[in-house]
Amino acid sequence: MTTKIVIGLDGTETGERAIAFAKDLAGRIGTCELLVVYVIEWSPFTFQTPEENALRHKRREEEVALATSRIVTPAIEALSTAGFTAHGIVRHGDVAETLNAITVENKGTQIIVGRASADGFKKRLFGSSTQNLVMHADVPVTVVN
Amino acid sequence: MKMLHQLGLATAAALFASPAMAQEAAGLDERINQAFADFTGPFVSFIFAPFPGTGFPWIVGWLVVAASVFTLYFAFVQLRFFGHAISLVKGDYSDPNDAGEVSHFQALATALSGTVGLGNIAGVAVAVGIGGPGATFWMIVAGLLGMASKFTECTLGVKYRNEYEDGTVSGGPMYYMSKGFDELGLPGGKILAVLFSIFCILGALGGGNMFQANQAHQQIAGIVGSYPGWITGLVFAAIVFMVIVGGLKSIARVTEKVVPFMGVMYVAAALVIIIMHADQIGWAFGQIFAGAFTGLGVAGGMVGALIQGFRRAAFSNEAGVGSAAIAHSAVRTKEPITEGFVSLLEPFIDTVVICTMTALVIIITQQLIVDPETGNYMLNEAGNAIATVDGNSGVSLTSAAFGSAFSWFPYVLAIAVVLFAFSTMISWSYYGLKAWTYLFGEGHTKELMFKIIFCVFVVIGAAANLGPVIDFSDAAIFAMAVVNVFALYFLMKVVRQELASYAARLKSGEIRKFGH
Repeated sequence: MTTKIVIGLDGTETGERAIAFAKDLAGRIGTCELLVVYVIEWSPFTFQTPEENALRHKRREEEVALATSRIVTPAIEALSTAGFTAHGIVRHGDVAETLNAITVENKGTQIIVGRASADGFKKRLFGSSTQNLVMHADVPVTVVN
Repeated sequence: MKMLHQLGLATAAALFASPAMAQEAAGLDERINQAFADFTGPFVSFIFAPFPGTGFPWIVGWLVVAASVFTLYFAFVQLRFFGHAISLVKGDYSDPNDAGEVSHFQALATALSGTVGLGNIAGVAVAVGIGGPGATFWMIVAGLLGMASKFTECTLGVKYRNEYEDGTVSGGPMYYMSKGFDELGLPGGKILAVLFSIFCILGALGGGNMFQANQAHQQIAGIVGSYPGWITGLVFAAIVFMVIVGGLKSIARVTEKVVPFMGVMYVAAALVIIIMHADQIGWAFGQIFAGAFTGLGVAGGMVGALIQGFRRAAFSNEAGVGSAAIAHSAVRTKEPITEGFVSLLEPFIDTVVICTMTALVIIITQQLIVDPETGNYMLNEAGNAIATVDGNSGVSLTSAAFGSAFSWFPYVLAIAVVLFAFSTMISWSYYGLKAWTYLFGEGHTKELMFKIIFCVFVVIGAAANLGPVIDFSDAAIFAMAVVNVFALYFLMKVVRQELASYAARLKSGEIRKFGH
């Protein structure tokens, strides 16, 4: 049976460390598949203007394209070059909830994320999201320092 | 809706600080007013004309009859699918793969921010002040019926919207009129769409803009003292310009966050006051029911209560006007009817909940003076409204009612009114823009032209007491309802097909909740 490891990225160097750790772990495990996930922080319960609503679909497509081209695709390419089987997913939602949901959907066995970076970043993958993930995830979570 | 121009517009006559300027401006104002009133008077009189022998405007009857027809035609959809609407707003039926698109909650909140405001605060005070507590009962009835109108128009708004290659959308009555009529092989859809668009632009500039700016100025002047309205106008216009032209979303976002907070705070304060007078809740509802059928001494008796209740509900929730259909059409759902279900919550929240809260607070704090001998309400000296403590009416009656429990609340209320006015302007700038682009086509320059015109009207609205212009703009908004409801009668069978199909799939389990 193939082990599937989910790597949660946030577009900063902490993500790089998470990838490095995942590579190391996958190398030790052997038959292993890596799933690179980038969650765009989004809530369905925010308040928007009518114009923002009208443009939302366009913005969503742009956000997904940007995250794919700048973060997920380079990570997959790096992993593939290193000889690993890797796929990527970009999705909107609550970071911790969505990362866990994707892991469960894809039958992932564990999640690896980087620790919150010191400078504070916009996507909020880490910090409280990491804490939420650690507390509520259905699979083991590794937080890389 | 927020177009109670009758409320306190007279005070806006004292606009200019300098006597010379005031005279000059007054002279110019009078000439503009007169010329405009002469030109538009017949149209305004026609729209707001009462049924012969009554004070009941036929346009309100038009909206209430339409709401009743839709209620029966869709077999009380507002009751049958109320729970389902809440599930949709909660996101129970939202596909996680669609995350990031406009959610049902966001569409509902956006549409509500365009309707919750002065209608809920001042309009209800007018209704209860003239029609007595019984007006509340009829207001609730009208709100419940209006849910079916919203359901109909918002379903069609999503079904017939335009989706462009770049991913943006445009929708609303003008699109379902032209595309829906074409689909059914009916003539005249484009003519209706053009008429609707013209009225929508005029309504957006008037009731959705000038009236709001005017009321906002009066609220600010009420706190800081009298000062020229054009100052408020320029500040507001600059902020609106930054938001709709400059794309400064942060201001809009702040407003869109603060407005719901204000709404929740308003309802919470009302609830606290009601709980503080818990022993009188039974009495208050007794007054509402007794007043609904006897009038309890108000001018016009039971009919007077009914007229006021229906009128203010229609003015507050805009059901049948078509504006909500524009707001809701941005949602990318595979099932247009789901947006109809969600939208039927709007008149419920706006009228049945918030308006009723205002009415209960006014009644329960005993702002309306009762004759101890007869138990009926005493009329004021003019005999056209109920006598109130301190003679308050409109916004000041609501303010006094809340102020009797929390002395600081009138200040919060004034801030809330200003913010509500601003959010309504932002909403209507969009509705007007969609009508404008329907008439003249999409394009940066064309859109910019409308946005600049919109900003200019903010200044005019705050600076001048252009009563006839605002009368005309109000009439234009209700003229939207004339055209819209007419189209809805022809298109409602499309909605019924959608409803039957959806209900069958929901029952069979084909449409089911997503596990979150």
